Amino acid sequence: MDLNFTPAEERFRAEVRAFLEHDVPARLKDKVANGKRLDKADTEQWHALLNGRGWLANHWPTEFGGPGWTAVEKFIFEHECAVANTPRIVPFGVNMLGPVLIKYGSAAQQQYWLPRILDGSDWWCQGYSEPGAGSDLAAVRTTAVRGVDAEGEHYIVNGQKTWTTLGQYANMIFCLVRTDREAKKQEGISFLLIDMASPGIDIRPIITLDGEHEVNEVFFTDVRVPTANLVGEENRGWNCAKYLLTYERTNIAGVGLSVAALERLKRVAASTQRHGRPLADDPAFAARMARVEIDLENMKTTNLRMIAAVAGGGVPGAESSMLKIRGTEIRQEILSLTRRAMGVYARPFKQSALEADYDGPQVGPAFAHAASAQYFNNRKLSIFGGSNEIQKNIIAKMILGL
Amino acid sequence: MNFEHTEERRMLADTLDRFVAQQYGFEVRNRIAASSRGFSPDMWGQFAELGVIGALFGEEDGGFGGAGFDIAVVFESLGRGLVLEPLLGSAVLAGSAIAHAGSNDQKAQLAGIIDGSVIATLAHDEPDTHYELARVQATARRDGEGWVLDGAKAVVPHGEHANLFVVSARTAGAVDDERGISLFLVPAGAAGLSVLGMPTMDGGRVAELRLDGVRLDAHAVLGEEGGGYATLEHAVGRGVLALCAEAVGAMEAAKAATLDYLRTRKQFGVPIGSFQALQHRMADLLLEIEQARSAVINAAAALDAPRIARERALSAAKTSIGRIGTLVAEECIQLHGGIGMTWELPLAHYAKRLVMIDHQLGDEDHHLERYISLGRIAA
Repeated sequence: MDLNFTPAEERFRAEVRAFLEHDVPARLKDKVANGKRLDKADTEQWHALLNGRGWLANHWPTEFGGPGWTAVEKFIFEHECAVANTPRIVPFGVNMLGPVLIKYGSAAQQQYWLPRILDGSDWWCQGYSEPGAGSDLAAVRTTAVRGVDAEGEHYIVNGQKTWTTLGQYANMIFCLVRTDREAKKQEGISFLLIDMASPGIDIRPIITLDGEHEVNEVFFTDVRVPTANLVGEENRGWNCAKYLLTYERTNIAGVGLSVAALERLKRVAASTQRHGRPLADDPAFAARMARVEIDLENMKTTNLRMIAAVAGGGVPGAESSMLKIRGTEIRQEILSLTRRAMGVYARPFKQSALEADYDGPQVGPAFAHAASAQYFNNRKLSIFGGSNEIQKNIIAKMILGL
Repeated sequence: MNFEHTEERRMLADTLDRFVAQQYGFEVRNRIAASSRGFSPDMWGQFAELGVIGALFGEEDGGFGGAGFDIAVVFESLGRGLVLEPLLGSAVLAGSAIAHAGSNDQKAQLAGIIDGSVIATLAHDEPDTHYELARVQATARRDGEGWVLDGAKAVVPHGEHANLFVVSARTAGAVDDERGISLFLVPAGAAGLSVLGMPTMDGGRVAELRLDGVRLDAHAVLGEEGGGYATLEHAVGRGVLALCAEAVGAMEAAKAATLDYLRTRKQFGVPIGSFQALQHRMADLLLEIEQARSAVINAAAALDAPRIARERALSAAKTSIGRIGTLVAEECIQLHGGIGMTWELPLAHYAKRLVMIDHQLGDEDHHLERYISLGRIAA
């Protein structure tokens, strides 16, 4: 047993820290630290910075432009980024589609699409969920019917996708579509790449309970998609879907994000008063903070144990479900305590105060403008990416054999 | 033993439920929530006409109710409809304080509060009090015959549109002494009073108040100089009961919506309510909500009990509601999945209100601690 990182890993960490400190603009880090809204340009800038360093596609093999990091190095990288309050990598192109293309795509697809993910030519969004296919993803009903016309072989796509995160910024969407309506549920699904500018696509915002526009509905009416945009074999798209959903989930616990959120909570609790002393010294509140801090420390080691198992040749499978469940619960609890620390100032909420250039009055403790919004917004953590209930089903079936 | 409400209260609740169901639908409610006032003067007038405000006052004060169970039935109905009008701030908090400690002249204001023409509010919390009832940093000093008030008040309900503020200020003692707190009636527009309004996460509006040398005449003191704490406790206690009952109404609505969703939403070819894991969670929610209802009944029944018994029952209810309300909010969102996160679904707004109720008049931790310390006094 040795819980320390190796000297080489420590050197790597120092290199990452130096990059985050010197090369990432303070403007970006301040926005994240202060709970301000990020816009499309912020994410593009962050991706470009990472790409310039060769660190954007850090899950990809080196021959496709990945940096060749070990699982531990990826963990260190994500952790340091989170603690430094960088924006997050928007995962749809680089962490989701990229690996699918590398495993299932044709050489032509790889050569065309992968560089465009890296240089930001394309902003991808994900067309998985449908109104009738949430936890039961294989129930997708959006259809793609093969045809041929003067311009060549194509599919005609009809249906609806939903919960399309940041779809309003995207020019491309990868979709699970049904190409064989007779086949058993998981068979008969195909994986298609669709240009968002195609005639027949209509995108509509979904406003979430915090008033934000982050997710969308996407409607497809007779949308023509060249068959060249089929990834893998027709009717074998479920393999891509599964691969994408299980790929590289060793950082799904979001330990770094929780560490950053806990540091902020501690700052808030230290600067808020109760009974004439800092809230952090209040026995009830201190106990709540201590419990979640302990859970987080335990989670960190659970996460590293799983990374070590993968590095030793194990396969990250159902274990990632444990990381997802407990990791999201911990982050939700930290955000809940941050809201709690605001006292009566948890209620006032001005959406414009989330803009970086807001110069109106500030009321309440630092971060009061964003605490409740972040708490409510992040109720999504236990719902998306396979709800925590689905993760428990996976544990029961795959690990416990029940 | 009898857990039935009296016929008068049942009729009041029925009338109010019907009004809310017919006139105060979700769309109307959200329009009101987003309006510049944060409540509707028209609806406010209708609540007054229905006798809803009067039901919160005793006969001696010009009302026809005022008991714990009157507050409970009214606010449970309001909670079911996520009603935004200033019943808590004007009728319960400020109104109870005036009824409790007011001179005859001051009590003359109650008629206006009851008929809706006067909107009052309580300005008590301060930026650094974190729910402590006795911590009052705002000051009032004598100036000739009158008084001069200085200080800041935090998150005052519908402060921009109140005509009359009940303001707590320290006239003696250390910053957290129960003795030495005095209450003052401050009219809107008083020189030196500034009001900064803002929207809230759960609909409606609140305001930050600054008092910079606000001059008041000698008659502005509500009750005995330095003896305001008992009045505050009385008014806030009634407010706590109102919030707890409102929460139970909101929980019932959230539960009904979630139950309906579990029955109708199909995944894997069956209603998701057929999954035992979800059935058990819904069963837990039902149990918790029944416990919350009992906490409200305990508090309403104790509202006229001797101080310690009354305050302990109120703190017991508020700490229960704080925990259960947040649990119900989070579970109902989770059981809905993504759709539970959307603005267009009423459930999301019930969830927000339930969580925010824990940020008014003392949260779960505050009332648990208070329950314990009141118990030490009793022992």
